[in-house]
Amino acid sequence: MSIKVTIDGKEVSARDGDNIIDVAAENGVYIPSLCYVKGKPCLGTCRTCSVKVNGNVMAACTIPVAEGMEIEVNEPEVTDMRKALVELLFSEGNHNCPSCEKSGRCELQATGYEVDMMVSRFPYRFTPRVVDHSSKTIFLQRDRCIFCQRCVDMIRDEKTGEKIFSIKGRGTHARIEIDTDLANEMSPQQVREASDLCPVGCIIDSTQGYDDPIGKRKFEVKTIRDRALERTHR
Amino acid sequence: MSKKLVIDPVTRIEGHGKVTIQLDDNNQVVDAKLHVVEFRGFEKFIQGHPYWEAPMLLQRICGICFVSHHLCGAKALDDMVGVGYSTGTKMLPTPEKMRRLGHYAQQLQSHVTAYFYLIVPEMLFGMDAPPEQRNVLGLVEADPDLVKRVVALRKWGQETIKAVLGKRMHGISSVPGGVNQNLSIEARDRLLNGEDGLISIDEVIEFAQDGLNLFYDFHEKNREQVDTFADVPALNMCLVDDDGNVDYYHGKMRIVDKNKEIVTELNYHDYLDHFSEATEEWSYMKFPFLKDLGREKGSVRVGPLARVNVTKTYADDTPLAKAALERFHDYTKGKANDMTLHTNWARAIEILHSAEQIKVLLSDPDLQKDQLVITPPEGAWTGEGVGVVEAPRGTLLHHYRANEEGNITFANLVVATTQNNTVMNRSVRSVAEDYLGGNAEITEGMMNAIEVSIRAYDPCLSCATHAAGQMPLIVSVLDSKGELVNEFVR
Ligand code: SF4
Ligand code: SF4
Ligand SMILES: [Fe+2]
Repeated sequence: MSIKVTIDGKEVSARDGDNIIDVAAENGVYIPSLCYVKGKPCLGTCRTCSVKVNGNVMAACTIPVAEGMEIEVNEPEVTDMRKALVELLFSEGNHNCPSCEKSGRCELQATGYEVDMMVSRFPYRFTPRVVDHSSKTIFLQRDRCIFCQRCVDMIRDEKTGEKIFSIKGRGTHARIEIDTDLANEMSPQQVREASDLCPVGCIIDSTQGYDDPIGKRKFEVKTIRDRALERTHR
Repeated sequence: MSKKLVIDPVTRIEGHGKVTIQLDDNNQVVDAKLHVVEFRGFEKFIQGHPYWEAPMLLQRICGICFVSHHLCGAKALDDMVGVGYSTGTKMLPTPEKMRRLGHYAQQLQSHVTAYFYLIVPEMLFGMDAPPEQRNVLGLVEADPDLVKRVVALRKWGQETIKAVLGKRMHGISSVPGGVNQNLSIEARDRLLNGEDGLISIDEVIEFAQDGLNLFYDFHEKNREQVDTFADVPALNMCLVDDDGNVDYYHGKMRIVDKNKEIVTELNYHDYLDHFSEATEEWSYMKFPFLKDLGREKGSVRVGPLARVNVTKTYADDTPLAKAALERFHDYTKGKANDMTLHTNWARAIEILHSAEQIKVLLSDPDLQKDQLVITPPEGAWTGEGVGVVEAPRGTLLHHYRANEEGNITFANLVVATTQNNTVMNRSVRSVAEDYLGGNAEITEGMMNAIEVSIRAYDPCLSCATHAAGQMPLIVSVLDSKGELVNEFVR
């Protein structure tokens, strides 16, 4: 059923029940997001897609549109909030883009550019996080995990359906864990899939790296904004 | 009362240095030292990172010779994954030539910067000229045409580096076992033929010859000074190919003496078996030397002067550089050349050599082929690697170890400036004796002479980028108790 909502003051029609990110994208409005994967159940973990809905700040990926809804995306206060959220992700982990294998393919880095982040307004925490390279094919670079949970929900053992990744601990003690035995059973394609799914350079396919030359890397060829907008054209 | 002069920082060289000259009561030099800070931080920082990040991260040590660090690291990683020279594997032609292309371009770039921006003003205006003039700004006034050419040269060098590494600075080209791209026909043709705003390779070669001529002129007019300035002994070391000619990318380490007799020749994987490092409490930088010969006799010089001393000749396909090299060799009648200011002659020759080598490479169809990487066979992992290249400033070594899981557990870098530590100190001492000894008054020109002796080595003292130009120079005169009795600031 088609309904009407407004985005940044402009009335648009939308399918009832679609989430705000998709509706906005269909109408050419980009909302950054780091956990949402089109067509998969919403995770709502990163909050980077925060917008104002009828005046209240909400994560766009978690909210289905409803008749008459007033959505503000490029409103100064919430725009700065999204930027702050991205900055927080940088200051919480330990990121060093120049040598990171994910650089140029990293959604966090690309989103940083989109929200015009220059430097984090928050102090860096320099959280000590131990890397886990115990599996044969994956470098788990915990320094860069943003706890989006994509891997936890979407990457499962092909035979049993068991989870391969999990998050242990809470708050500042949270850490991403990998089941090394299950990981060692992963096919090369699944390893690629997992490393592509991870929005940052935490799950790294250790069998092949830096293979795209600078200038030809994913988000250099086409920006994350253009990709997000395109993905939703049905 | 004895006095101590401190020059700090040494201007117009990369990073910070500090010179102390100890005078006795009669203003005679009793000691001269160059103090240097090194970058152990990087070696520590890389630990725990996945092995393949090493060449990407460690190239950040330097804003000038980053390609050398990148390649050196790449060679070490080739070893580590089991397809490097240590395993007897020969690199595929396309990746090897791509690596060489990036390397020669950086040599050109680095030498052009050092030579034209830092050294040529000194040659044109003289060591005694006021510092306001003795720099690239002075050059702009005196010879704007020359400066235009230098700018064009540097632009060309940067474009070549970018074509190989994707960025003008700190790009990425090498991956374990090869490279991640070849050179497109368009990129090749641009570099060969030039375009609007970009000179052609033939112009590059022409400008390089002009650069060499500047040295000839200068030498002609100042022969006495150029030939006697810091004439200090050292062995000479560089990588050579099977014919005993310098190879900037790969070869054996050859060390020759004053008579150009081979003192030692070694596979660089055995570097540690042959070299020791002395330490001094007054410098963070170590003093490597050949174990067999001891520190006094076994210290080596690396870099342009060392390379032209070691190499027998250059290949026939670089005829202009080859002729220039012959003229250089004739000057000392077949003996090794120890005259520090002749390093600038050597540097100018190497600018030409790089340009000619690049021209040869650009015409090589291998650069367009697409076998880019050797994939290591199952179980080839060795977990350890050593890479050595001839960086612009001399022999550069990276040595890494990683555990089974691929984490770097150990990294050690021996940079050219460290190899040159002893001979740089000898140069400082020699100049201090000649220019300061016995003089009560310390002039700008004298202070600069000290700097010139260091700058000949173009040292990357902390391998950090400092713009060419004016940096405050502070000279402190300390008495034997370490108390400040005089200060010289410009
Ligand atoms: S994960 Fe992304 S943001 Fe973090 S260091 Fe790597 S490229 Fe940079
Ligand atoms: S490892 Fe990657 S995909 Fe998994 S939670 Fe962390 S950031 Fe998300
Ligand atoms: Fe350097």
